[in-house]
Amino acid sequence: MSRNLFKAKQYATSKVYRSRPQELKGSEEEKPNVPQGIMTKCSGCGNVIYTKLLMKNYKMCECGFYFKVSANERLAMILDENTFVEIDPQLTTRDPLNFPGYGDKLIKTQTQTGLVDGLVTGKGLIFGLPTYIGVMDASFFMGSMGTAIGEKLARMFEKATEEHLPVIVYTASGGARMQEGIFSLMQMVKVSAAVAKHSEAGLLYITVLTNPTTGGVTASFAMLGDIILAEPGALIGFAGPRVIEQTIGQKLPEGFQRSEFLLEHGFVDKIVTRDKQKDTIGLLIKLHYKEEERIVWT
Amino acid sequence: MDLTPWEKVKLARMPIRPTGLDYIEWIFKGFVELHGDRLYSEDRAIVGGLAFFDDIPVTIIAQQKGRNTKENIARNFSMPHPEGYRKALRLMKQAEKFSRPVICFIDTPGAFCGIGAEERGQGEAIATNLAEMMMLRTPIISVVISEGGSGGALALGVADKVYMLEHAIYSILSPEGFASILYKDSTKAESAANDMKLTAQDLYKFGVIDNIIPEPLGGAHNDFEFVTGKVRDVISSDLKELMSLSIDEMLESRYKKFRNM
Ligand SMILES: [Zn+2]
Repeated sequence: MSRNLFKAKQYATSKVYRSRPQELKGSEEEKPNVPQGIMTKCSGCGNVIYTKLLMKNYKMCECGFYFKVSANERLAMILDENTFVEIDPQLTTRDPLNFPGYGDKLIKTQTQTGLVDGLVTGKGLIFGLPTYIGVMDASFFMGSMGTAIGEKLARMFEKATEEHLPVIVYTASGGARMQEGIFSLMQMVKVSAAVAKHSEAGLLYITVLTNPTTGGVTASFAMLGDIILAEPGALIGFAGPRVIEQTIGQKLPEGFQRSEFLLEHGFVDKIVTRDKQKDTIGLLIKLHYKEEERIVWT
Repeated sequence: MDLTPWEKVKLARMPIRPTGLDYIEWIFKGFVELHGDRLYSEDRAIVGGLAFFDDIPVTIIAQQKGRNTKENIARNFSMPHPEGYRKALRLMKQAEKFSRPVICFIDTPGAFCGIGAEERGQGEAIATNLAEMMMLRTPIISVVISEGGSGGALALGVADKVYMLEHAIYSILSPEGFASILYKDSTKAESAANDMKLTAQDLYKFGVIDNIIPEPLGGAHNDFEFVTGKVRDVISSDLKELMSLSIDEMLESRYKKFRNM
């Protein structure tokens, strides 16, 4: 009975999902929003939502709140069904600083999340057109970039350059993997270098910035896309808001460092809601597609 | 005398330590400073310009700390805004056009964190420098003279040859910031400095830098002639080596160097 009642007020298909930065504000506090069980509570509006419907609706609540999306869920939303082929699924960090406690924490996080590190890379089809795609997963060490992520991205860009394919990267990152120190910093160069070579070959690179995209990821491959898309209301910046507040000793204005703010300041091409991302990316790939460069897709 | 990592952090930050402009004055002749990014403003945290190294025209880019509080305020404590990085890139592209080598002196606690810096795309500015420096068709030599703080240092650090002075540090974040993130306690900076592996000796061992430039006992300020002589030797032999390569060979080895990290 309660289920029917609930259904009645859920998801009309014509809803417009506007971003509401005020209501999204709490989302950076890393509350677990991963839908579990039959019902899921939205931390944007407090409503309880039928999980199946939430999944169908790209994990967007009608209040404008965006639930976190895992790398696998993201791939399912973007790629044609059963076309994804992962590369380097087992690639992991060698803990280059031999940092105290890091090895144990890695194993624990790998067990908890089922991920090897915070990025999945591979190849797939979007409306029948081949592309490489990398998706960061913020549930792994807050999506921080270490050597595993840097290496996987560099390899993906190198493969895409060889095969004349576009690259799509979904960013979600709290910044650098502190435990990998200077090596984490150097991944910014390594990945930017591979992006530059891909670009030099005349190939398309699209980034989609999701909540949150900060630090070394922003200051490298996130901002190097030929086309930079963003999800509504995502926190995007170099320095984190708390660090800035501490540095300047004042409160930050409403909506600061959100997608809409970046669009306003000229650093994002377009804000695209989740339900429209596949269409938009598919169209962009089609607009850059060259028949003569087509490689045989196996 | 072996200094601990934390002692090196303190030494690297000492106001008495020679700054970018000191190196420019001692090593090069006929320095002409060039200002502005042509887009928004002049950023005095980064000094750029042209000079002769022996008889070779070069482009010099240096992050500049002040020698006193007043200067430091004018230089924003050597924490550049996006326009500083964009000025650096403008001068590097100019160097490429005129086939001049680029010499960078790195000395910053980090890129500035503030409202304007974010509004004007600090992340974009740094990212663009990383990609552009990788493809720049002229030799680049970078020397971390004191503090190499995070992406703000890296944006001048994509080079064919990267050096650190013996007591310089180069890290992902300040030890204070690192301690506050990882240990939730910024007073644990000293132990963070140990764990972070931020000394020239660590980075040389890791293969992140090409070599260490020695300093006199007590640090660079005790015998600046000695230090500048060493820096001069390094630039001189590197320029000979890099200018003997074809540009494509040089770019290939620049790519490989960072690709292997
Ligand atoms: Zn809601």
